[in-house]
Amino acid sequence: MMNFDYVRPANVADAIAAASEKGAAYLASGTNLLDLMKGGVCRPSRLVDVTRLPGLDRIERLADGSLRIGALVRNAYLAHDAEFAYAYPAVAEALLSGASAQLRNAATVGGNLLQRTRCAYFYDVGSACNKRWPGAGCDALKGENRLHAVLGWSEGCIATHPSDFCVPLVALDTVVEIEGKDGRRELPLEALHRLPGDAPSRETELERGDLIVALRLPAQAKDFAAHARYIKVRERTSYAFAVVSAAATLRITDGKIGEARLALGGVAAKPWRAREAEQILAGASPDAALYREAARAALADAKPSGDNTFKIELAQRIVVRALSLAAAGTPARIPALPGSPFSSVAGA
Amino acid sequence: MTLEISLTRDPAHLRHGSNVGQSLTRTDGILKVTGKARYAADNHPPGMLYAVIATSCIARGRVTSLDVAAAKRHPGVVDVMTPSHKPELAEDPDAKGNPFAFRMELLQSDEVRYANQAIAVVIAETLEAATEGAALLSPRYQVEIARVGLDAGEAYAPPVVGIGNPAEVVVGDVEAGLAAATKLTDATYETPAQYHNAMEPHAIVAVWDGDRLFIDTPSQGMAFAQMRVAGLFGIPPGNIHVNSPFLGGGFGSKGLISGPQVLGIMAAKLVARPVKLVLRRSQMYGPVGHRPPTRQRLRIGTDDAGMLTAIDHHARIVTSSFDDFYEPAADASHTLYAAPAIHTAHEAVRVDTGTPLFMRAPGEATGSIALESAIDEAAFACGLDPLEFRLKNYAEVEPTTGKPFSSKALRQCYAKAAERFGWARRPLRPKQMRDENGFLVGWGVGTATFPAIMFQGNARAVIRADGKGVMETGAHDMGQGAWTALAQISADSLGLDLDQLTFRSGSSDLPDAGIAGGSGHTATVGAAIHNAGAAVIAKLAELATSDERSPLFGAGNAGVIARGGRLYRRDDEARSEGYAEILARAGLAEVDGTGSGAADPAAQSQYAMHAHGAVFAEVKVDPELGQIRATRMVGAFAAGRIINPLLVQSQLYGGMIWGLSFALHEEAVMDHRSGRILNANLAEYHVPVNADVPPMDVITVDEHDPHVNALGIKGVGEIGITGSAGAVANAVWHATGIRVRRFPIRIEDVVMGLGG
Amino acid sequence: MNLPISLTINGVRREIVLDDPRVTLLDLLRERLDLTGAKKGCDRGQCGACTILVDGWRINSCLALAVSHDGAVITTIEGVAQGDQLHPVQAAFIAHDGFQCGFCTPGQIMSTIGLIQEGQAGDDPERVRECMSGNLCRCGAYAGITEAVLEAQANMTHAKQRRSA
Repeated sequence: MMNFDYVRPANVADAIAAASEKGAAYLASGTNLLDLMKGGVCRPSRLVDVTRLPGLDRIERLADGSLRIGALVRNAYLAHDAEFAYAYPAVAEALLSGASAQLRNAATVGGNLLQRTRCAYFYDVGSACNKRWPGAGCDALKGENRLHAVLGWSEGCIATHPSDFCVPLVALDTVVEIEGKDGRRELPLEALHRLPGDAPSRETELERGDLIVALRLPAQAKDFAAHARYIKVRERTSYAFAVVSAAATLRITDGKIGEARLALGGVAAKPWRAREAEQILAGASPDAALYREAARAALADAKPSGDNTFKIELAQRIVVRALSLAAAGTPARIPALPGSPFSSVAGA
Repeated sequence: MTLEISLTRDPAHLRHGSNVGQSLTRTDGILKVTGKARYAADNHPPGMLYAVIATSCIARGRVTSLDVAAAKRHPGVVDVMTPSHKPELAEDPDAKGNPFAFRMELLQSDEVRYANQAIAVVIAETLEAATEGAALLSPRYQVEIARVGLDAGEAYAPPVVGIGNPAEVVVGDVEAGLAAATKLTDATYETPAQYHNAMEPHAIVAVWDGDRLFIDTPSQGMAFAQMRVAGLFGIPPGNIHVNSPFLGGGFGSKGLISGPQVLGIMAAKLVARPVKLVLRRSQMYGPVGHRPPTRQRLRIGTDDAGMLTAIDHHARIVTSSFDDFYEPAADASHTLYAAPAIHTAHEAVRVDTGTPLFMRAPGEATGSIALESAIDEAAFACGLDPLEFRLKNYAEVEPTTGKPFSSKALRQCYAKAAERFGWARRPLRPKQMRDENGFLVGWGVGTATFPAIMFQGNARAVIRADGKGVMETGAHDMGQGAWTALAQISADSLGLDLDQLTFRSGSSDLPDAGIAGGSGHTATVGAAIHNAGAAVIAKLAELATSDERSPLFGAGNAGVIARGGRLYRRDDEARSEGYAEILARAGLAEVDGTGSGAADPAAQSQYAMHAHGAVFAEVKVDPELGQIRATRMVGAFAAGRIINPLLVQSQLYGGMIWGLSFALHEEAVMDHRSGRILNANLAEYHVPVNADVPPMDVITVDEHDPHVNALGIKGVGEIGITGSAGAVANAVWHATGIRVRRFPIRIEDVVMGLGG
Repeated sequence: MNLPISLTINGVRREIVLDDPRVTLLDLLRERLDLTGAKKGCDRGQCGACTILVDGWRINSCLALAVSHDGAVITTIEGVAQGDQLHPVQAAFIAHDGFQCGFCTPGQIMSTIGLIQEGQAGDDPERVRECMSGNLCRCGAYAGITEAVLEAQANMTHAKQRRSA
């Protein structure tokens, strides 16, 4: 990797100042960034180490019922927080579905939001990639692309966002707290990631120097605790990125779905919120036909970006599965298990 | 420096007397669990520099420029080795001196033959500097269109396949047999490129001292490495000292020294300092061999009674554009099933890839999954249980040669594994079983087989004045357990308890033990050790029985038995004498003897020699989401004498996991335009993780084979893959009713095959 | 650029001056401190051979910059046994033949120690398999690894209960 200046600011303001220079990058645990630097995909000239910034490693229950998770909280720490897992079970399932225990111990929740795609053409610096080199073209488009996007892609980029964690977060209306040159602002997580359009290199709404300092799960997110699941299909039983995944959370009263939240992973450049499907579910009685209708609505705009037609079918089926399991009720188990089909049978 | 391991503390279950057959834990276990086992890359001689290879990102063409100046400007970079700046070699790396000399890229030109080929080497004071120096070379290329895949070019008949096997074998009249069949199974299977991916990347620490060379490098064949390096650098083989006490896995990829390892030696010569060169994981997808993709068509004819009338097995394989290795995939059909007519043939296509090489069960693994799938299809076509079908067509003699088997306990393997598995309860038709959670359940079987191969190996044994023994052999432990199993054979050969033996191994300064491959290392080196021990015991016996003062005097014709450090008169065990006393009286500091091991050509011409096994697998399949999981595997294997049941079980488990991986996981994905491997890593090149591996059961079936070698050993390193891959694939079919003929079986095969 | 850091490695505090910020914990241990037990299998957090404990947590040392871990308490495979007395996890790996080539073994053992401390697997083999899936073993010693983890965990829990009784 290229040599870099290493700076370890004492506070957020210094961090933002240090990271506002061209070529600078924030370093949290580095589980993704160092991988990219070793592969020559990222070559920052300055690393701003934020791991010692005070106050960013706390989980706080706020007076309004929301939960504020500092950006430096480790994935494993959050997943294994029993109170958290009871309140947001699908998030715990998603956290434990990602990577390995070692990586979850290191990786921060803020970093997880910003992990880069696993598109092989993005990682292979010998290939053309509009993300790495705007205007270079996209070798994935007519390449080996059976795992690429089926929603929201463009001719410029068909990569997917690899995070498991973000999928239930986006379903639960998570808010991202950002500190920047002009102070603090908030963004719904759903609006943080951008679809590729004609600027695939612009992956998020963050500006240079912006630092994610916390995530906030709103008070209502807890209302789904009784019916919340995350399901992930992958090509190994563990330690593999999603082919497709889904988070479904329901509020069920008197046998009717009061409110539904649904999001998909592995299908687009961002964690994909399926709002049309949610509207179909709201107010209806939960049954298989309804789930299938919702699944069709969720994938209504899907189209294959290559050799990946099966993902459209698979995504619909995983939506049906996630909804059925969520309706059947969140399992009581703590610690949560990863959201694998084999550990996610109803009530298990 | 030679590593020796003495048993200084009792491992589990140690009993005295005969050592062979005991489930000893590994003698190198403590070194391995404490981090003290020193692998090649763990060495750090004084003054050492780091070398990092720069590799090509194109698969075919030429390098037109390298920014050497930029690399050299980077602080810490000492030198950059390129085609125009490198030590002279004494031999062309493209010369083909013998069948085991494969062409390697040692910067002999600017030509690029495959992606990930070495195009320069940066040498620096630190690893970080060398790594960045290599990145700064920013190569430019003249790119030619890459040839990728099984249809990349004109197919041709290879001269031979494997090592000297005929590319085509015909017995009987296959077309007549197929014409006479009442059922014909005609199916084509594809297997992908696979990479060995030993956990330890290829590494070398090279130190020159004048024209002597010391290398720490993982090797499955130190003497071969010595010869190759000697030729390349024009120095006598004896000047080259290879140290390889531990390999972090090999699986065939470390059988022959590879180009990158030689580049490390060249770099050390260029800068006249010790150099360490370690491949990055991605760089292992190219210059160190792989299992090539295959497309195999099987035509199997059967009659109304479910008897085979013919097997026709045709394999298309790829090899590199610049060298010849031909995966003998169709040879898998030579031995297992008693068809009156068998035809196997190969054709090859040249592509822009590193040369494929031996990868754990080369030919046997690729061929087995196709053959065992096709046999399963044929059984179903006949309406027969696949085990019953296999038993009906059981080969009593080797079908292609007519030779009797030296031993073959395959029937017992089928019976024992089937019983343990509960096979009798299997419904004939697919998609009949579900578990309590609604997952589809399927059961499959595969037959395992692997030839009993021996190479040439040597050993030297010593009994010292204190009565203790030493065994020396340049053997290779890549995880199979040579440090332990060969020590057990050594102790028996010298009539010693294991704690009286010092075992030296893992260095080319010791007697050449041949190559650790073909599942033949324990048989080969075991035989050498057996003979070396016998030679020493014979000398001791001669000293004792010819000495009037010995209680063994005159035992001559009756002979002696060696046990527990003493010689006993065979016809009167009350008369005995310890080794130390015999040597003391003779005034000798030690006696030594040598032995060698090799196959017996007379026995080989008379008998077909193979290990066999039967593997049963259960899979569960999510009926909507298509995710597959193996949930149970039972294998029974008959492989001659078992030296150490604990280690053998581990080898067989490992092989079965490779079979599972073959069926469900492993595949190198190559861009069909550029020839670049897109998953040259361990995140997306999927080898099984712990959670993929089901509870497994291994049964070893006793087999006393007097013909394979004096010790009756057949070898267990590779057989576990064969049979297992097919068993898993067949289980997926039985669960789903979907016959996937392209491996690995993918989620979409099941998702699109099963209606939602 | 000289970057002084302080690390406590296997109970010994060490003052280290890094001349290069790019050095990972793994390369620091292996190439500069002669602690070569942790292995480099992929250098990308994809195999687990480099697993060490940092402040009690198992992590991939290949994806950790040394300079960022100033002040950390590190345990490597070299610091696990007490003299000649093997750690229960080490002994269980030998007893259950939880390795073949041994290259992934230091990482497997450190991961096991981390797992037992995390206390997330219980005595369910399926949970152990899942929780140990960050450590690849190409030889396929997984059956023995799972058995070793379960036995070591049981032994350590038992010993702890005896001590506290």
